[in-house]
Amino acid sequence: MLRLSPKTTQKLAMVYIWGGGVVTVLILLIVIGYVLVQGIPGLSLDFLLTPPKGGLSGEGGISTVIVSTVYLVALTMAILVPVGLGAAIYLAEYAPDNRLTRLIRYGVEILAGVPSIIFGLFGFALFVTALHFNFSILSGALTLVCLLLPTMIRTSEEAIKSVPYAYREAALALGATRWQTVSHVLLPTALPGLVTAIILCIGRAIEETACLYVTLGGSAAMPTSLLSGGRTLSLHVFYLAMETRAFDKAMATGAILIVTIILINSLTNWFAYRFQKRIRGAG
Amino acid sequence: MAAHEGTCLNHGKIRAKGVNLYYGNFQCLRNITMEVPRCAITAIIGPSGCGKSSFLRLLNRMNDIIPGTRVEGVIQIDDMSIYDRSTNVVDLRKRVGMVFQKPNPFPVSVFDNVAFGPRQHGQNNRQRLEEIVEKSLRRAALWDEVKDKLEQSALALSGGQQQRLCIARVLAVEPEVILMDEPCSALDPIATLKIEDLMRTLSKDYTIIIVTHNMQQAARVSDMTAFFMMEDDRAGVLVEYGQTSQIFTNPRDKRTEGYITGRFG
Repeated sequence: MLRLSPKTTQKLAMVYIWGGGVVTVLILLIVIGYVLVQGIPGLSLDFLLTPPKGGLSGEGGISTVIVSTVYLVALTMAILVPVGLGAAIYLAEYAPDNRLTRLIRYGVEILAGVPSIIFGLFGFALFVTALHFNFSILSGALTLVCLLLPTMIRTSEEAIKSVPYAYREAALALGATRWQTVSHVLLPTALPGLVTAIILCIGRAIEETACLYVTLGGSAAMPTSLLSGGRTLSLHVFYLAMETRAFDKAMATGAILIVTIILINSLTNWFAYRFQKRIRGAG
Repeated sequence: MAAHEGTCLNHGKIRAKGVNLYYGNFQCLRNITMEVPRCAITAIIGPSGCGKSSFLRLLNRMNDIIPGTRVEGVIQIDDMSIYDRSTNVVDLRKRVGMVFQKPNPFPVSVFDNVAFGPRQHGQNNRQRLEEIVEKSLRRAALWDEVKDKLEQSALALSGGQQQRLCIARVLAVEPEVILMDEPCSALDPIATLKIEDLMRTLSKDYTIIIVTHNMQQAARVSDMTAFFMMEDDRAGVLVEYGQTSQIFTNPRDKRTEGYITGRFG
């Protein structure tokens, strides 16, 4: 067997670690750079403010698509956050460690790994067909809620659990009830983590395509109610790329998507930073 | 010290009788019977793992948080039976405050830390809260150091200040008993002395029970000393309990003598 000196293995390890880093950054830069370079020339205020023509032409802008995306994400989060946060609080603070809760945790983990198109099929069967919500923002949002609940629950649970045990003890020893401890100590302290969980889910809701393909439909019209169909930015990219020859428009939409995601991430970081600074105080 | 000696035992604030504590199948404390005097400092000493912290946590039912704990016997604070079914844990913890080993202020302002307890118990009047906060900080000998930074984060204070803040936070709830679980083990000698001075002052109005690894500390501050030790099956027992001067100068039990002279522990 080949034996290498510690010095050589150290060098090899450095090459390996640096290589990994460089490849990751390169891929990131190439993908983002390509989409931005291809997409930005197609961007204009006009593009943002006119509705798409629909059909096979690929002509027009993305105004209705932006509105659909905002509606869908807002509705999804309005349902997802309270439900997911409640489950996370239960699992982190109240659930006894028994077979049932281990089963729930295991189930949450399995669900997090199920491909989104499977959730799409489920949403199609339940919301679109059985409940007659048809292809609509409501069906799409409910399906997204099912898809994102595991992520929301797990990340929020981690955020709550990461609050030092000493804070719980301190609050309880001062005669606070369990709920007071949760609502006045744990949740405020876990807030940066919770906001990160929420932003992560917003990002995933924006980028999701497969499960919306079979629940949101793909209407390019302006949505007028929860039961209107619609298409999100990601879905629009998919339709443009697969059904039209308007590749430049797909790229322009992609550029908007990437910029949105970068903005959301920066906002999260800024928020977390501000929050930590406020908490840590001056010293 | 002298003022309390002699009469204290007749007016026990806390009475424990035949207390057994189990964590699952493991017996952690066996047959503890002791009476803690009112308005005095009682120190609990003993080697690591002898159950002295567990005993302290029985007195405000902090062991309840740990699943699988079981308590036998009777513990009373005045006429309130701590482990009685009808006892409200929240009311108990208002009467029995606790200071922990590591200072654990909440990551909020100095003011909000002290106001936490009163707020949870329904006090929302800003002016009243300000009075409580000032009074508590003064009692904890911290007011002069923090009066200009009440709105600053408590985490910006030094370790010793943080621990005194935690004491002020307990005082704001107006307890009768203060439990201290090695309150100085994370502090430097000067901060430790400040806490000990504070304990002496507070013992005029409060019943204080302190668990400590530091025998000099027990000898310096306490009126009464209880020596815990574990038996062969690792269950903690109360070996000897008496006035601090007696325990440290004339222990009756060989094991107490061995421990305080440093032969083991």
